[in-house]
Amino acid sequence: MQNLNARAGDAIIWLLLLTAPFWLPLTGGYVELGTEILVYALAAMALNFLLGYTGVLSFGHAAYFGLGAYGTAVIMKYVYESTPLAMAFGVVLGTVAAAVIGPLIVRLRGVYFAMCTIAFGQVFYFIAFQWRDFTGGDDGLSAWHREPLHFGFVTLDILNNGKALYFFTLAVFAVAIGIMAFLLRSPFGRTLLAIRENERRARFLGIPVDRHIWMSWVISCAFASLAGVMYALLNDFVDPRALRWDQSGNFVIMAVLGGMRSFWGPLIGAAIFIVLRDYISSHTENWMSFVGLIFVLVVLFFPRGLLGMIRRRLAP
Amino acid sequence: MSLLKVENVSRHFGSLIAVDNVSMTVEPGELRAVIGPNGAGKTTFFNMISGFLTQTSGKIIFDGEDISALLPARRVWKGIARTFQITEVFPELTVRENLRIAVEVASGYRTRVWQTEDAEEEVKARVVDLLQMGNLSEKADRLVGELSHGDQRANEIMMALALKPRLLLLDEPTAGMGDQETYDITQLIRRLHHDQKLSIVLIEHDMRVVFHLADRIMVLAEGKMLAEGTPKEIAANEAVQAAYLGKAAA
Repeated sequence: MQNLNARAGDAIIWLLLLTAPFWLPLTGGYVELGTEILVYALAAMALNFLLGYTGVLSFGHAAYFGLGAYGTAVIMKYVYESTPLAMAFGVVLGTVAAAVIGPLIVRLRGVYFAMCTIAFGQVFYFIAFQWRDFTGGDDGLSAWHREPLHFGFVTLDILNNGKALYFFTLAVFAVAIGIMAFLLRSPFGRTLLAIRENERRARFLGIPVDRHIWMSWVISCAFASLAGVMYALLNDFVDPRALRWDQSGNFVIMAVLGGMRSFWGPLIGAAIFIVLRDYISSHTENWMSFVGLIFVLVVLFFPRGLLGMIRRRLAP
Repeated sequence: MSLLKVENVSRHFGSLIAVDNVSMTVEPGELRAVIGPNGAGKTTFFNMISGFLTQTSGKIIFDGEDISALLPARRVWKGIARTFQITEVFPELTVRENLRIAVEVASGYRTRVWQTEDAEEEVKARVVDLLQMGNLSEKADRLVGELSHGDQRANEIMMALALKPRLLLLDEPTAGMGDQETYDITQLIRRLHHDQKLSIVLIEHDMRVVFHLADRIMVLAEGKMLAEGTPKEIAANEAVQAAYLGKAAA
């Protein structure tokens, strides 16, 4: 029964995502809003691989998100105007950075780990901010744009066609979360779950806990970089705010808001976050205080997030 | 050859000497109990064998190999499994999932992202065995966090057994349990010892359990070894009676 519920839930979510460009305008939205939700949902779900399924809180994922975005922009602007090349470079840049930083922090736990992820994140923020000649400093990297994608005989014009960009982003999103779901269902994923559930027991089952946290961290950051790549492509622009600490905070808010113990939770959280921002910010500058208020209410009354609450209601 | 040789280990916490120059030898197939009043250093002694703490001085030899400097996970790989005084399990997962993870890790699958059907079947069969052995079959699909204390402890012991250990360390396996639960766990340990010839070291407060199960008993008091011997010898030992049993009786 629960299995059936979960499958029905999956089907509904995929159906909504596949048809979004057609029903979004009817609700007062627009296609780019849908694309942006996908980008942030990917970032939040990537964070949740580490947070919800390994039990490790990172407050510095914007660094890898931002590195993915900058990697993409740098290739496009300075090297070669090719969307696939720029994407690949962005992901590699973010992932390699995470792999190198990982060993320095995976021995830490809880708030110490979170603080160190912030610290490393801010290092990248200041590099992007200060290195004016290369990164454009505070103004960011603009005056470049994504290139249409060529698949043999077919060309996907993601540059001028908003729907094409949406579906391309959806395809990337689907592959990424498909891989994450696959990993979580494997023995490797269950090893991570063991660490989340009880680190001491995990250690005394013979799991080298730090090494596994490192693996989870690198996987999580790799997908955060991919989200950053898609963010740069969506905006044709990147600036240091993409990798500032408050961006990291946004990812955490999305994951917790939607429910970090449910696979789709961060997607719901990202959708609520982006829609609220879009809607409230057209009325007031202080949209973040409303998001903050909702966040506090959710944490107080639905500690498992919105999706966690719904699932509990549906459970027999 | 002895399975475990603890040679003159001590552990200091600042100026406190929790364990003072204690030695112990455990033969294969032996069930050894460690008893002593609260604060005698029993758990500290245990933690040094399992690698949870490192000793200030002394050596720990397992199966002829010096493991004094190995991390806990590596000692598990050598064949030492343990349970804790406060049960350490995966509360938000079912009993079946708890055991499945333990079996998978023990089978060396912890980094596998893909599993053959054969391997999957093997894991499942082993989980079913463990469920039966621990009398947990009927509760297999319940969350461990919702089970009684006794069942959680049985689950923890089964997780340790999933590792196919050569030495099992049990830290107060019946602590905080009612009579029936204590009896069940005692029977379980007895079966492991008698039927599977498993070598076990356990810390225990319940004297009925200790005298019922143990081949040999070591008594610690204030960090030092007070006596060692068969249950009969320990029961007759005057120093032990004075320091420990006497107090309990009075």
